[in-house]
Amino acid sequence: MDPKLLKFYNEVKARGLTPEQEENILSELHDEGTHDIPDSAPDAKSKTFSHSRDSVYAYDDLSVLQSMPPPPSPYTTCLRSLDELLERDKLRETDGFPRKIRVGRLIKPGKGGKDKIVVVPTTVEEKFVHDSIKPPEEGEASGGAGDGEEGEVIGEQPVRSEEGSGAGPGEGEGGPHEMESSAYDLGKILTEKFELPNLKDKGKKRSLTRYTYDMTDRHRGFGQILDKKATMRRIVETNIALGRVPDVNDIDPTQFLIAPDDKIYRVLSREKDYESQAMVFFLRDYSGSMSGKPTELVVSQHVLIYSWLLYQYEKQVESRFVLHDTEAREVPDFYTYYNSRVAGGTKVASAFRLVNEIVDKENLVQDYNIYVFHGTDGDDWDTDGKETIPEIKKMMTYVNRIGISIAEHGFGTSRGTEVERYLKKSRLLDEKPDLIRLDVMGKDADEPRLIEGIKKLISEKVIA
Amino acid sequence: MELINQHTKEIMEGCKERAREAGLRFDDETLEYIVSNRDLLELSPKIMIPTLYDYWVHDVEVLKEKGKYELYPGNPYETVINTRPAISFYNDNNPDWLNVMIFYHVLGHIDFFQSNLYFRHTWDYDFTGQALSDKRLIARLRSEKGRWVDYVIEFVRGLDNLVGYYDELSRFHRSPSDRRSKRLDFYFDVFLQSEKKVKISEYIKEIERYNENVKEYGENLGEQSFFSDVEKKHPEFDALYKKNLEDKPRRKSDLIQFLMENSEFLNKEENRWMKSVMQVVRKTSLFFQPQIRSKIMNEGWASYWHETLFLQDDRIKGHEVDFARVNANVTAMPRVGLNPYALGMRLFYFLEELADKGKYSFDFRKIADADERELFDAKTGQGKEFIFKVRENLCDFIFINTFVDQDFVTRNNLFVAGQRLNQQRMVWEYYVKSRKAEDYRKMLMDSLYHPPYITIDTEKNTSGNTLYLVHHFEEKPLVKEFIANTMMGIEYLWGYPVQLETSEVVSVSAPPEGEDKEPEVKWQRVIYTINKRKLSRRTI
Repeated sequence: MDPKLLKFYNEVKARGLTPEQEENILSELHDEGTHDIPDSAPDAKSKTFSHSRDSVYAYDDLSVLQSMPPPPSPYTTCLRSLDELLERDKLRETDGFPRKIRVGRLIKPGKGGKDKIVVVPTTVEEKFVHDSIKPPEEGEASGGAGDGEEGEVIGEQPVRSEEGSGAGPGEGEGGPHEMESSAYDLGKILTEKFELPNLKDKGKKRSLTRYTYDMTDRHRGFGQILDKKATMRRIVETNIALGRVPDVNDIDPTQFLIAPDDKIYRVLSREKDYESQAMVFFLRDYSGSMSGKPTELVVSQHVLIYSWLLYQYEKQVESRFVLHDTEAREVPDFYTYYNSRVAGGTKVASAFRLVNEIVDKENLVQDYNIYVFHGTDGDDWDTDGKETIPEIKKMMTYVNRIGISIAEHGFGTSRGTEVERYLKKSRLLDEKPDLIRLDVMGKDADEPRLIEGIKKLISEKVIA
Repeated sequence: MELINQHTKEIMEGCKERAREAGLRFDDETLEYIVSNRDLLELSPKIMIPTLYDYWVHDVEVLKEKGKYELYPGNPYETVINTRPAISFYNDNNPDWLNVMIFYHVLGHIDFFQSNLYFRHTWDYDFTGQALSDKRLIARLRSEKGRWVDYVIEFVRGLDNLVGYYDELSRFHRSPSDRRSKRLDFYFDVFLQSEKKVKISEYIKEIERYNENVKEYGENLGEQSFFSDVEKKHPEFDALYKKNLEDKPRRKSDLIQFLMENSEFLNKEENRWMKSVMQVVRKTSLFFQPQIRSKIMNEGWASYWHETLFLQDDRIKGHEVDFARVNANVTAMPRVGLNPYALGMRLFYFLEELADKGKYSFDFRKIADADERELFDAKTGQGKEFIFKVRENLCDFIFINTFVDQDFVTRNNLFVAGQRLNQQRMVWEYYVKSRKAEDYRKMLMDSLYHPPYITIDTEKNTSGNTLYLVHHFEEKPLVKEFIANTMMGIEYLWGYPVQLETSEVVSVSAPPEGEDKEPEVKWQRVIYTINKRKLSRRTI
């Protein structure tokens, strides 16, 4: 056990803890896990138990007999009609029916930042169909053949989806895409489909290698558009020089002489364009208590936010990733951010402090719109936010928005999680709703719920 | 998409000859096409029917979550489709020997399509032709009505798993109507029992009286004299009988038909076109129903024959090893999982042997001694005949329910594989859950396609125009998140509020530790009501 942690534990204990809080803290304290990144998928797979299709209906002649797999990726065909589909979906709403298109997930992290994202519009046709009832700790029974006594375990498979990697429709389909471009597409869809609010500019800050063309250059003698004001000024100058304006209070323009050179025109010219930039900090709690669903929810939501900001800022988003347990550290890429295993205790303040330091040191405030998104399960050893709240307050002096998402475990207290409680107590949420938002979701939140959450976190107005 | 070349077609014709000799039965004409990946891309959303109507959902990746096979009964990558002539699809670089194997498999399917009685309603027309005209109809309507056509398709497709498939089939399998008097049937079956509610002794007396009359006066006169007495006793009988004759021709209708016949909304002049769309969706669904209800048998039958016929084929000498490799891939029993090819084929082999030895008989069943059972052989040699009968008359449910017994399970070393979460190690453990035939059968049954049984209760039409649907309890709840939109569709088509009575799980309590029992499930009956697209729910 880390003596530093133990010391901190004793400190908070001295401040007084409820039995529940103590239990949470102790369980994290005694957790022996480390934050390593799991092996890349193929290696992990080869060790696991291969399990063939469960349903007899999953077999078909073309793939079984002729080894013709289903066509590789319907994704391109889908994208072709994507705009049309979204348009149709919008019309549904005007016609009084609920929308039906969902945006398929999303991301398949690979090592070294080679993430694959697949953007697929998906839908489901609703019918009356039977559901299965099974206890949560038991999977569907299936057929089997071969040796083995009753009760004998014949193989096992890691519960991968519980470790926070991408799952769901779209997984494994399509080839590798540039993470940025796909996320950009996704952001576009998110904006159009879910009508996430458009962000406002924070002034044009930084030159990019992009140009627009405008009639900004002036040229004497000839050109495309006569700049009347400038020409007039020139004529007056010339005539003063020629001594044809004896009394400035009584000018007779009809007596002006006009030289050809006096005419000033505007001509087309290339201009550099300036755009606003965004810097997004993604903060994730990777303490021991985050294992499973909360992590999955938090990273899924962060992928969506990241995509959407990428679109909003025309790819001018820079993102930084910060992981924290009791100490925070910045990690270089999304892959690490996405995949690092959970372990250790929880001090939310550490992450906010680190961000404050980074912003300060690099003087980011001057050039960037700064967004901070923090994902947690709401546990904090700093139970009353003594350290966290000041850091947040400091942060609020420069950020455009802090969005905190809490993915609840469903166990623990019914009065809300610690983070939720001390945030509410601090009244920051009510006083500065344009700077800080909180979204609390249950552990079985689905994708639409995640998107609702994003709306809540980044919308202009407070959504009740 | 292009036809296979003459060389390959010749191979196919050779296969047909040999298959016919072995007893398979199918039409002379078949069409074989080479398909590219690109073709598949277009075909698969249309369940391999090239002429199926267009619908936007076909362009969207469909979510592969809950109830996929319940929602989409058609198989998106089938090699052969049940049309006239039957059409089959091939990869363009199959070697000849592989084509021989696939051709036999395909012929097995065609034989099944054209002989199994569950396909009876697809025998008299060509579905591709029908689908083409439907496609044109829908395209024409779409040009007039725009996206509303798609809404109607969507809403009807929401009900297309509730089509009265068995009612439709039963029209083809009605026993030839005998010449028994309808009046007599009405008198004994309805009038005496439901109207008069006579005592059994009286009922029997009437039968005796009838028999005496017939004995005395012969069939026709006997009946007349019998009824002249009846009319004296019950003067109202004649009127009741006539009335009954009038409202007789009422066939059972499924939900889609019921809406078409009874919805005020659909029968308004400006909405009549919707009924054509509904008809198209319903017909299409009916066409695919038998396919999903005979997956194990159909694949098993085709696998049985491709294996049997390939090995007898003189043209492919030298490719036995290649074949063995591919065939093992297709027909091996997976360690965990269900393979319809493997399972169905083993059952057919098992049945053939059973009938060959005369084991499908009382004599055999009476034997309790395991050794004797093993050695029993009446040498009846009726194996082939028996499996041909099975392929003609059964569907998956009966096939499994009747023939998966302990002998079969033991012979093939089968078991029910359970899956449980090991929380310490965070892994799913697969384990041998049971080797009992009973459990294995149940597991198979649970995996079979089984749409909910939902009927219309016209009696419970409580508040005027409300449509009242009853989901009959079969220890299975409905998928909750689909209820709202499905009911919204029905409300749209019906024009008034719709109610659905169904059962939901209140709690599942795990059996006490160590006891090998199924968890106990508590149920409650609930009613969903949709009114003006707002869904509400209450328990009863």
